[in-house]
Amino acid sequence: MLALFYIFIGVAIGVSVWQITRIMDFRGSIADDNDNAAQGKYAIGFLAFLYAMMIYCLIFMNVIMLPESASIEGEHDDNLFDITFWLIGIVQFIMQFLIFYFTFKYRGSKDRKAKFYADSHKLEFIWTVTPAVVLVVLIGYGLWQWNNVMDLSDSEDPVIIEVYSQQFNWKARYAGADNTLGTGNVNFIKGMNTMGVDMSDKNAADDKQVTELYLPKGRKVHFRFRSQDVLHSAYMPHFRAQMNCVPGMVTQFGFTPKYTTQEMRDLPEVIEKSIGINKIRRAKGEELYIFDYLLLCNKICGASHYNMQMKITVVEEDEFDEWLSQQPTLSEVIK
Amino acid sequence: MSEHHHKETFVTKYIFSQDHKMISKQFLVTGMFMGIIAVLMSMLFRLQLAWPDTSFSIVEAFLGSHQTDGIMDPDIYLALVTIHGTIMVFFVLTAGLSGTFSNLLIPLQIGARDMASGFLNMISYWLFFLSSSVMLISLFVEAGPASAGWTVYPPLSALPQAIPGSGMGMTLWLVSMAIFIASSLIGALNYIVTVLNLRTKGMKMTRLPLTIWAFFVTAIIGVVSFPVLLSASLLLIFDRSFGTSFYLSDIFISGEVLHYQGGSPVLFEHLFWFLGHPEVYIVLLPALGITSEIISTNSRKPIFGYRAMIGSILAIAFLSTIVWGHHMFISGMNPFLGSVFTFTTLLIAIPSAVKAFNYVTTLWKGNLQLNPAMLFSIGLVSTFVTGGLTGLVLGDSALDIAIHDTYFVVAHFHLVMGVSAIFGMYAGIYHWFPKMYGKMMNKTLGYWHFWITIICAYGVFWPMHFIGLAGLPRRYYTNTNFPMFNDLADINVVITLFALVGGIGQIFFIANFFISMYRGEKATQNPWKSNTLEWTTPVEHIHGNWPGKLPEVHRWAYDYSKRVDADDDDSDYLHGKDFVLQTTPLLEGEESS
Repeated sequence: MLALFYIFIGVAIGVSVWQITRIMDFRGSIADDNDNAAQGKYAIGFLAFLYAMMIYCLIFMNVIMLPESASIEGEHDDNLFDITFWLIGIVQFIMQFLIFYFTFKYRGSKDRKAKFYADSHKLEFIWTVTPAVVLVVLIGYGLWQWNNVMDLSDSEDPVIIEVYSQQFNWKARYAGADNTLGTGNVNFIKGMNTMGVDMSDKNAADDKQVTELYLPKGRKVHFRFRSQDVLHSAYMPHFRAQMNCVPGMVTQFGFTPKYTTQEMRDLPEVIEKSIGINKIRRAKGEELYIFDYLLLCNKICGASHYNMQMKITVVEEDEFDEWLSQQPTLSEVIK
Repeated sequence: MSEHHHKETFVTKYIFSQDHKMISKQFLVTGMFMGIIAVLMSMLFRLQLAWPDTSFSIVEAFLGSHQTDGIMDPDIYLALVTIHGTIMVFFVLTAGLSGTFSNLLIPLQIGARDMASGFLNMISYWLFFLSSSVMLISLFVEAGPASAGWTVYPPLSALPQAIPGSGMGMTLWLVSMAIFIASSLIGALNYIVTVLNLRTKGMKMTRLPLTIWAFFVTAIIGVVSFPVLLSASLLLIFDRSFGTSFYLSDIFISGEVLHYQGGSPVLFEHLFWFLGHPEVYIVLLPALGITSEIISTNSRKPIFGYRAMIGSILAIAFLSTIVWGHHMFISGMNPFLGSVFTFTTLLIAIPSAVKAFNYVTTLWKGNLQLNPAMLFSIGLVSTFVTGGLTGLVLGDSALDIAIHDTYFVVAHFHLVMGVSAIFGMYAGIYHWFPKMYGKMMNKTLGYWHFWITIICAYGVFWPMHFIGLAGLPRRYYTNTNFPMFNDLADINVVITLFALVGGIGQIFFIANFFISMYRGEKATQNPWKSNTLEWTTPVEHIHGNWPGKLPEVHRWAYDYSKRVDADDDDSDYLHGKDFVLQTTPLLEGEESS
């Protein structure tokens, strides 16, 4: 592989140098009709290449993309994304066609005279107003969805979880029986109290600290994010969720899980993606991949940024309650 | 003024020159040198992304102590992407592009003998040179150069405990940027004053070529926004070196609580992006200005919608200063602000669409002279459209949540500002090379260069959108630790191959540039049969640009293929040829556009 690679690079450089020395022998610097004809044809060739690549990626890369949203709030995200993507896709295909087709069609020649056409208020009006109207729709739907996602005030009885980041791992804290988190500050970090929870706060005693997230299906989850050192970003791509963790302040985000981990594994698109991945892993002799939700760090945070992850498991609510009841409270852990 | 004939020594002519044409060449060559370094860096980290477990002797040779057995360390990977971004955005596409073409074209196209202040212009270049040198020196400090990303968000950039690059490397980065900003501001003030005060007789603002409009507005954006980055950098220097807490609060690192209290990294993000976003347009507008000029000249047609183009430049400039928050939707700022920034951001699509449609209409029914400069301009329109459209996805806060900081973003901004601006720069170089060096560049090499570059640009950045949609975060040293990304490995290899071929393909340009400088065909006075004033100056450079009197302007810059009978496309050219210099007086009864 490597030898091939170096040979490839060597050949590429060799060909370049050979071509350059050859080409510099042809003088000529201003395009004549022959050049216009040739370059016009190449423009069509390039258009074909571009179309082929765009279509190939759009069709065959579907399988690698994220599966449908695993949160109820994210459904509208997917919807809005589809609308936007269809729209820009169509505009993209039309515009690229016009650009390169015109390059071919109107390639210069001695017999041609360009049209003197400096202005048309009508045309300009059309292509100012059309995007404006389309944008009203996109902005309207987008803002509605944004408020929908970001507004955490109206949900009843949410699960409250603190997600805590540091170089280079994630921890989480559940609010416990009172469903209220005890306050925290880096000054309280000591021994077992790795999240700096203020143990004199009466809300803290029943909090539960864990290193893996469990979420109940169908119940709204409120996340509070903290960081103890640098910026991190809690990215949960399957839930269409992301929020920065900022030292010195608490940020928040919320969503309602829609599928349990097991249900997600059974989705056809997830099965298909897993088959693709496992084909690769089997060839390398690696352990087979089974889908899990993940929380990844998505804000550059240092050397091991690329490996800062936490597993998320979504289960039915009774299973969630059972799991949570088995976790020790902070007052039991921090003596 | 042209009557002054200074005795010129080597030093005053080539080094401490105050002549705008020489300074523009200095900017260009320095920018190209920095560009080569940044491209080489990108090739190194593309190797890492495609073959993370493979040992490369080239990595061993370049990275010295920052690699083990030919595999780069994670720290230096981050440093490479950081410095690649910094150099490309500031040193190549800001100084290299604006510095080169604003300097060359503003005096020549408005009919001035030189910049308003030749001395400040010289200072501007040498500050740029100094800041480039400091940036390059920072590559060699022991702990490595700045590695917190080109956005240098604190606390990562403030704490050497957090990443080794935040030690001496980061200090030098900040010093370099402070000097750079000074250079950029001096340059911008000079451009503004020159355009406002030194236009020759008859050169009304509404007769300026669109290049000058673009440079002029770019300079204004720079003056408005660069000082804010300077303040941001200064406060960061205070935090790092003097123990203040502008950006830092409640930090526990390396086993101890630091003393910082009450600051917020979000403040830095606001200050940074207050420049950072307009910076995109500082990079892009000059490229669009150059493209307007080249597309019109080579289509042998007036630019379509001249006034709408000016209007959209102004609209983009205005909007660019009130959209910075779209980089911060998920920073923890108030969601209401997110709504406002979504609204203003998506508005930019309107003037951008107007520009794109106007370019396409300019091509329509033209007589396209497909010179390399023209092809690069057409390429710019293509990548500007491709990259601009995905902006509609990212600018929508609700969608941004899901793909913020993934490779989708990387693909988007590389196409819309990286590739587009570089294409604008190449177009400008091919087009004005005869003006700069009195020689022509070889067209065949130019064609090779163009087709390799555009194919590779799309080959790199089109598939990259999809690995972003697969959820792959940017700035990951390797993604092998996530089985869910295993199926992206092949795509990464393809992207890297395109990147390598595209990078190596730039040899065609470099060779063409330097060989043509010495052995190229001699240029004629107006090789592209263009209307603008720079083509009325002699081929050999002289101080003061025009021998004798300054030219007088009688018309706009775009009277290409003007007809005797405006409604009859078959009628004869009004002036007997398909271009009319701006210095040609209006004929009796001729309508001016």
